[in-house]
Amino acid sequence: MSEKAVATASPEDLPILYIRPSSMSLSAALGELWAHRELLAFFAWRDLKVRYKQTALGVAWALLQPLFMMIVFSVFFGNLAKVSSDGLPYPIFAYCGLLPWQLFAYALTNAANSLVSNERLVTKVYFSRVTLPISSVLAGLVDFAIAFALLLVLMAYYGCAPSGGIVALPFFLLLAVGAAMAAGLGLSALNVRYRDIRYALPFLTQVWLFVTPIAYPSSLVPEGWRTLYALNPMVSVVDGFRWALLGAPSPGATTVAASTLVAAAGLLASMRYFLRVERGFADVV
Amino acid sequence: MSFLAIRARGIGKRYSIGAAEPYRTFREALLRGFGAPLRALRREREDPPTVWALRDVSFDVEPGEIVGIIGRNGAGKSTLLKLLSRITAPTTGEIELRGRVGALLEVGTGFHPELTGRENIYLNGAILGMKGAEIRRKFDAIVAFSEIEKFLDTPIKHYSSGMFMRLAFAVAAHLEPEILIVDEVLAVGDAGFQKKCLAKMEDVSHEGRTVLFVTHNMPAVTRLCPRTILLEEGRVRLDGPSREVVGAYLESGLGTTASREWNDLRTAPGDDIVRLLAARVCDEEGRVAPTVHIARPVALEIEYEVLEDGHRLVPNLHVLDQKGSHAFISIEVDSPWHRRERPRGRYVSRAWVPGNLLAEGTFFVDAAISTYSPLRVHVWERGAVAFQVVDDLSGETARGDFGGTIPGAVRPLLKWETEFMPADPAAVPARAIRGRG
Repeated sequence: MSEKAVATASPEDLPILYIRPSSMSLSAALGELWAHRELLAFFAWRDLKVRYKQTALGVAWALLQPLFMMIVFSVFFGNLAKVSSDGLPYPIFAYCGLLPWQLFAYALTNAANSLVSNERLVTKVYFSRVTLPISSVLAGLVDFAIAFALLLVLMAYYGCAPSGGIVALPFFLLLAVGAAMAAGLGLSALNVRYRDIRYALPFLTQVWLFVTPIAYPSSLVPEGWRTLYALNPMVSVVDGFRWALLGAPSPGATTVAASTLVAAAGLLASMRYFLRVERGFADVV
Repeated sequence: MSFLAIRARGIGKRYSIGAAEPYRTFREALLRGFGAPLRALRREREDPPTVWALRDVSFDVEPGEIVGIIGRNGAGKSTLLKLLSRITAPTTGEIELRGRVGALLEVGTGFHPELTGRENIYLNGAILGMKGAEIRRKFDAIVAFSEIEKFLDTPIKHYSSGMFMRLAFAVAAHLEPEILIVDEVLAVGDAGFQKKCLAKMEDVSHEGRTVLFVTHNMPAVTRLCPRTILLEEGRVRLDGPSREVVGAYLESGLGTTASREWNDLRTAPGDDIVRLLAARVCDEEGRVAPTVHIARPVALEIEYEVLEDGHRLVPNLHVLDQKGSHAFISIEVDSPWHRRERPRGRYVSRAWVPGNLLAEGTFFVDAAISTYSPLRVHVWERGAVAFQVVDDLSGETARGDFGGTIPGAVRPLLKWETEFMPADPAAVPARAIRGRG
């Protein structure tokens, strides 16, 4: 897509587009996504802007949500149930796990609902459809950045120093985003066909929260179950965050490898499914 | 060597119908997936019934061509647009598009009520396929066109619908694709706004872009598009010069035609005194004419049976434009039967509308027969017949060389007199006068 393609350009220079019954190849879809990268940013910006305009507390929500969750977890799991926290102060232990979790849950939920809630757009304009679920993930990253600032404050308060693993933090962040997209892309496409997804989502995220070591350390999971446990990419993400930022035990290479593999395979499968059904969205939504 | 802008070959689109609920549920999907043996027992879960919204549609469009697409509701126009704009995929066939495609299927798609006018310009521009830099470059032009400068930083939920439409169209109008696909966008908004849209469409057509224009506005089609494609039941019924295609469409598709007959005297429009038998629009040769050229006369003809002697019947014809406003009413006065009592029998009354009177467009004719003192309306058949007046750009008609929209229900070719007084050679040249100011 040439920017200066105007009507006066000679016809042989113009890009040719073929519209066929078959669905788009993965590489073509990625190329198109790249061409629509500005739209991606616009969608993320719109979601944030609208959310902040419509809510009384606005940006504060990005902080309040993990903060209150941290307080609730600290009271019930930390104080009353006396759940172990790998020797770390329970509040920061919980917050450090909630941080990537909130990103993941937000991205997953919004991505899964993105096509349905933008129904009018989908039926009236063509644009790279994957921009909708992906932009939801981007919007989640902004909240993440805000909540991350609070973590730094908490770290200073509790006197926690990051380990050398801090260099791996971007990787774990990427893994969280990848896992959210793997689930979100596929679910968004499924949601167009089966509205059950919308109702299953809160249940899904709740279950996922419990199989992720947020309120408890993964060391509580029996040795024999660890491999199965590691198939949840968020296990590596949360453990990775605690390791990198708080100096907790490292999640271990096998766990991280398994999680990465699952996330990558999930993303690929999700994307393929999305592309296969994408062309029929406007007929069904 | 010639390059086509659009090349469509055998495109078809099949939709599933019958499924009352458009969304399937997991339960059904699971049953379908795991319950194959069960399905034989359940027997109802067969392939859902399908319908072809488009079937084997092929056409070529040259770069710079402006093609109208018409057809009744459900003929496949919207589906064709959705396929061309990639909103949905064809079931069969292939479309080749050369150049950037801009589709305007609805004005204001993607506008968000919470965002300001300024923010929506950027968002909507991006959704329509403009780059950020491109929007920034055209921003001032868009704002000027929309005339909403003062409210640029107001959330558009506070806009009036007119402001909203203007802003939405302004963004869309500044998308500069090589191929522009426009749906019934012009059907919304007030008359002034529609005029602005049509004028912009004409600009676009003069810039050498390829335009596909779907509408019910027949005058706009005949004027803007040299060529028109008529869709019927998902297939291309006609593809050719707009005047012919529109004429054929009006004859076949509107339910109101250039000729109508009532064969049963008992149910024909009218009462015990007179009943209408037929109404026709004819050309000079007496042929039924759904389409007439603006410069040619046209006969509006009614045939009626007088059932009772001794009434002074007054046939009258009401000619209405597309919006339903009267262009004129014509009453039979210039006729030997004027003010005379009519014996029983069959009559044909013909009113000649001279050439160069009506403007281009679709006109509907109400056929009426009344008696005076006391006033009684015996027959009043609304929209008995319809016809299409077409203009051209030959320069010979009242439109002259002007290609734009001309408002008004009439378009007479008036006699103009212009007097000329030669300039005094000794006088100061006009250029010098202007130079001083």
